[in-house]
Amino acid sequence: MPDRRKRRLSILSPQDVEQIINEAIQTLEEIGVYVENDTAIELLDGSGAKVSDDRKRVFISAELCDRCVESAPSSFSLFNREGDEVASIGGEMVIFDPGSAAISVYDFAKKQIRKPNTKDAIEFVALTDQLPSYAAQSTGIVPNDVPDSLADRYRLFLSLVYGSKPVITGTFEKDAFGVMLSMLIACRGGTDALAAKPLAIFDCCPSPPLMWSDLTCQALIDCARNGVPAETVSMPLSGATAPVTITGSLVQHTAESLSGLVIHQLANPGAPIVYGGAPAIFDMRKATTPLGAVETMMIDIAYAQIGKTLGLPVHAYMGLSDAKLPDYQAGFETAMGATLAALAGVNIVSGPGMLNFVSCQSLEKLVLDHEICAMTHRLIDGIAFRETTAGFDALKDFADSASRSFMTTEHTRRFFRDEVYYPSDVVDRGTQGDWEQGGSTRASERAHAKVRELLDNPELSLADDDLIGELEAIITADAKNFGVHELPDWRVLLTK
Amino acid sequence: MREFLAECKNAVLDGDRERAVGLAVRAIDDGIEVLDVIEQGFAVGIREAGDRWEKGEYFLPELAFSAESMKAAMETLRPALIESGGKGRSKGTVVIGTVQGDIHDIGKMLVATMLAANGYEIVDLGADVAHDRFVSEVKNQQPDLLCMSALLTTTMMGQKTIIDMLSEAGIRNSVKVLIGGAPATETWASDIGADGYADNAVAAVHKADEILS
Repeated sequence: MPDRRKRRLSILSPQDVEQIINEAIQTLEEIGVYVENDTAIELLDGSGAKVSDDRKRVFISAELCDRCVESAPSSFSLFNREGDEVASIGGEMVIFDPGSAAISVYDFAKKQIRKPNTKDAIEFVALTDQLPSYAAQSTGIVPNDVPDSLADRYRLFLSLVYGSKPVITGTFEKDAFGVMLSMLIACRGGTDALAAKPLAIFDCCPSPPLMWSDLTCQALIDCARNGVPAETVSMPLSGATAPVTITGSLVQHTAESLSGLVIHQLANPGAPIVYGGAPAIFDMRKATTPLGAVETMMIDIAYAQIGKTLGLPVHAYMGLSDAKLPDYQAGFETAMGATLAALAGVNIVSGPGMLNFVSCQSLEKLVLDHEICAMTHRLIDGIAFRETTAGFDALKDFADSASRSFMTTEHTRRFFRDEVYYPSDVVDRGTQGDWEQGGSTRASERAHAKVRELLDNPELSLADDDLIGELEAIITADAKNFGVHELPDWRVLLTK
Repeated sequence: MREFLAECKNAVLDGDRERAVGLAVRAIDDGIEVLDVIEQGFAVGIREAGDRWEKGEYFLPELAFSAESMKAAMETLRPALIESGGKGRSKGTVVIGTVQGDIHDIGKMLVATMLAANGYEIVDLGADVAHDRFVSEVKNQQPDLLCMSALLTTTMMGQKTIIDMLSEAGIRNSVKVLIGGAPATETWASDIGADGYADNAVAAVHKADEILS
């Protein structure tokens, strides 16, 4: 995968960034954050942070913040299940992964939103695996045919059986981390091997405003101590759980992210961490949190700029939509977000496939969004100067030749494939005649055909039998704790 | 021999004009049956290039290079071909041009090249061709096929005008008419009384073969 190094978009001035960081640190020093986890409180207490008498609130100094920002790595690499490096996370590298964790799916054939099952989750993994512009997968669908409290580890199990790409995931329950960690270790053969070649990133979400819950603190600490990359996902909702102004939301986001980073780095200095987020404005008419709003995207690219100023890898939930099905709105909100994210140099962009306020995945949208991501990659690859002259030699050679069109010049033949990204047939670039012959379809219908094509005869990256056996032993043993003695049919695509 | 024919095919498929001409010269020098060289060698290459284009594997520049290589090989072989048997086995004469008011040439050029590469004799009138020139060329050249291209909706009316003019001149039935260009459709073709429509260069060859057979 080519390295994409040039950032092209900064929405804040350096002075703006400085003011927001300073006010965030002032917030941590004077207002403090609520921390519900005893281990985290002890770590903070022992490192010079001031803890309130009821031991619920922590005041973090500028000096402690600086120290932890300093110890956090500016980049780390992700590796696939087989141990091959997939991408370096940091700098100006941009990768896309599908949005996580949907509690429903848009069933294209039935034209309705419904609860997903194991088969939906498997198809989602298999599809992601076959779409090359997604460098990572996510545990993006929460299957409804196992208990909720088992779902976090179960979806990771399905991802590791059916997909090779590194996984963006997270925990729903405090005890899930151990189980999920043992699955990841099974893939690598040991804790050290896993830390040396990270296979998954865990999202850890603070509770706005300014609180780190027991569950997410524990996830931060567990990740840090095992060298598993963590991703703080601060989600201020402007006007509901955060100040209504964009700048106010940014100060809160910065304070929440920095406090998470401090807890994480105190648990294990130098452990990999991503400066992420899922903020949104709050729609005061509908009481919803639109991820597709332009102001949401402005908050996203602004905090990304802040994270990059701090020298950290950054993540954002962008390239998704609040539409309920893959329609025009879904397309424009996704394309705006993905393009802005890439131009802003967001290292991990999570969102493709997602609809309905990060709650609903659509396989058709995942296929359509893949084209957006591929075009976005082309965009940030930039304009190449392929020869000594930008165009003079090409014009001169043409003038000197007998060619009547550039189509038949050697220059064209040499460069045309590299200059232009050619999308799949999901994107209509044919003539009217082609379109009519193809049944006068809309993009989502072509995407549906592509989904069926890729899933009816999938090229699967299945885990080998031994690994499947190990993973199965882990999940079946754990499932029994939840009274599940037989898992749903997770072998459904194994024979394809 | 089989190896030599495969080399001919590949030279066209690779769009390597020099190699194609070199092989054609060698065929003549070695006294190989020219018709075999074309039909079992070069022509196989151009057909496969067309197939690859239809499958989306080849793009226009690659198709154009293959067609140019084929054309160059054919030109080299032509004297020997005529010597060996009559007129060089042309599949038919085609008069082709872009209609008046339209300077767009590329699609038409590609159609002309592909037709030539597939054994048609081409009289290319170029772009922005006056209506009455089409009519007079049909009278003078007595082609088997007239191909008219229009890229703009404003100029495509010219295709209808020319067909009407051919009828008025009493020569409409002496020639088949094929139309093309971005705004043209199958329906438009039948509305204006053309014999066929093709929306790309490979389809044009298929269509020409079909309506002249």
